[in-house]
Amino acid sequence: MGDGSVEHSHGHHMDPAVEYSSSKLGMWLFLGTEILLFGGLFAAYAIFRAKYPEMFFEQHVELNKKMGAVNTCILIFSSLTMAMGVSAMQRGKQKVTAILILITILCGLGFGVVKYFEYSAKFHHHIYPDTSIFFSLYFLMTGLHMLHVFIGLAILAVLFVLTLKGKFTAKYNTPVEVGGLYWHLVDLIWIYLFPLLYLIG
Amino acid sequence: MANHTIAHNVYVPFLEKKGILSWILTTDHKRIGILYLISISFFFLVAGVFALLLRYELLTPASDFVQPHTYNVLFTLHGSIMVFFFIVPGLAASFGNFLIPLMIGAPDVAFPKLNLGSYWIYLLGTVIVLIALAKPADTGWTFYTPYSATTDTDVVLITLGVFVLGFSSILTGLNFIVTIHKMRAPGMTWHRLPLFIWASYATAVLQLLATPVVGITLLLLITERTLGVGFFDPAKGGDPVLFQNFFWFYSHPAVYIMIIPAMGVISEIIPVFARKPIFGYKAIAYSSLGIAFISFLVWAHHMFTSGISDIAATIFSFLTFLVAIPTAIKVFNWTATLYKGSIHLHSAMLYALAFVFLFTIGGLTGLFLGALAADIHLHDTYFVVAHMHYVMIGGTVMGFFGALHFWYPKWFGRMFNETVAKIAWFFIFIGFNVTFFPQFFLGVQGMPRRYATYPAEFESLMSLSTYGSWILGAGIIIMTVNLIAGLINGEKAPQNPYGSLSLEWQVPSPPPLENFEEIPHVTDWSYGYGKKK
Repeated sequence: MGDGSVEHSHGHHMDPAVEYSSSKLGMWLFLGTEILLFGGLFAAYAIFRAKYPEMFFEQHVELNKKMGAVNTCILIFSSLTMAMGVSAMQRGKQKVTAILILITILCGLGFGVVKYFEYSAKFHHHIYPDTSIFFSLYFLMTGLHMLHVFIGLAILAVLFVLTLKGKFTAKYNTPVEVGGLYWHLVDLIWIYLFPLLYLIG
Repeated sequence: MANHTIAHNVYVPFLEKKGILSWILTTDHKRIGILYLISISFFFLVAGVFALLLRYELLTPASDFVQPHTYNVLFTLHGSIMVFFFIVPGLAASFGNFLIPLMIGAPDVAFPKLNLGSYWIYLLGTVIVLIALAKPADTGWTFYTPYSATTDTDVVLITLGVFVLGFSSILTGLNFIVTIHKMRAPGMTWHRLPLFIWASYATAVLQLLATPVVGITLLLLITERTLGVGFFDPAKGGDPVLFQNFFWFYSHPAVYIMIIPAMGVISEIIPVFARKPIFGYKAIAYSSLGIAFISFLVWAHHMFTSGISDIAATIFSFLTFLVAIPTAIKVFNWTATLYKGSIHLHSAMLYALAFVFLFTIGGLTGLFLGALAADIHLHDTYFVVAHMHYVMIGGTVMGFFGALHFWYPKWFGRMFNETVAKIAWFFIFIGFNVTFFPQFFLGVQGMPRRYATYPAEFESLMSLSTYGSWILGAGIIIMTVNLIAGLINGEKAPQNPYGSLSLEWQVPSPPPLENFEEIPHVTDWSYGYGKKK
């Protein structure tokens, strides 16, 4: 999806303005489908929480609020650096953009490391996806989110390399912008997951 | 828009380049359309063979041709291949790809590389499902829990394949929406768009909104089988009806993903061969969006007997009746277009007329099933089977065959034998009705679907239905042979054999690589037939 260099093999080039607005529209539509994908899990969450409020309340204490909070801060901060990166690219500052994307990548990796410790602690306490409906939801929601973090990191890595190579300018930076949009979605979903799973009651 | 560095007036048809790489690496929407057309036609024929086999088993009351388990596998493969490999991608991916840029006056879709990627993802999905055939599932195409969570056949792989196909569907829909928004030629305003474009747009919206939900549903089913998650398992506090809710939240809109493009095809064919402007253009255009909208509010009408509350059932029944309104608007407008038209019974037109007739039967019998009291009796009987085949074959497949015959000259630059095409149509029309009309009676008399055996009292209607399937199969063979023969030794097609006003007919047959030498300036809609010049 981050491929904004829409170029026809048979000699047609899209008007840059059309290409820019098309890519942005395409990414927004794609983000809509991502939210619907998570929507199924959010619906399951709503149904089972209404059905078993005690289970959710009793079991959520097993989750590590501090680690969750740290990860929330990390992701929000990474969204800030990504937004700054997009803004820097629009002003043509390639080096600054590259550094900001790199910081964003490091934040994403940091998020993964924290999550790794969280999951390990759960397994250590013999808590698995089949332990209960609550932990099924916990593992599936955070797991699917983690998958999106990895996809986001892959996109960011490509953007980082292309920025270093000088592929983007103040005039042409569509991939940076739509890649940034994707990263914000990753952040946004986590902002919902954190209170829903860690801060019950 | 176009960057013309090549000299003008050199006509290079898009089919000119040869070699396997020119196909598997193509980003040309017309070639990608052909790739889809070949793939979906292949799966249509394969799933059709499964249908013939299971109808053959039903020729006699006893289970004497295959074992009941094999029968279950046969209807599962027939259903899931027809639905997920043929009819859902179907017209949207094949004709949508070929026609959308041509009809709106664009050189290609908005994201040509993504378009090719979508096709590869489709292929990946088919490969996964083919591997799954080693131990084929016996759950039916709906994969209902709890059975699908416990059967020892390979449910995980086939659902994973369907999940992958969903991605292809989402990306294609996304591409088309952006294309229709951003790539229209100057002067191609929304209300000048051909109705096929409106239909494709509504379809793409459904693909985007509904497919992710079935994606997550199938993932949950996979985790149910692999990780021991219990969302659909009552023993673990889950709810099997939740699976049905999730599944139909996608799969009911998916019914319209299947039918709306066919409605778009009919809206293109009828005015050309009635030589009259389409009646009620805006009503047809917006009714596509109306169907798309209502389709999200009716899913639970598949679950009236699954133990949902009376209030929910009543509301969903009422909402189901609402779908009939935009659908009927279309049927009335097509009929009004025919009224006092100068009708030419070209084979494409015959399929279009068959569509209107058969789809009306399919649609009206849907209302029987949407009515609560009647549905208690008819649920899971052959009445449902007949209803959905009247909509899916009588509707979508007739639309697909109509589109094949209508745009064939444009796409391939050749003509097929019109007389043979009419004979094939006749076999298909008769065969279809002989196969499926008796099933309405079987259903009313209480014959349940999905059984390899049946009581002797149903034998005459059951065997009649099987005989019909042979006539239908023969018709499809004649049609396929005729169309393939046309590719090999058909006459060269003129640019515009039917005198259509739509943009795709204003370029040579087959269209040049870049579609339009100059991006056209559109000054009128494409339905101004029968005006004095």
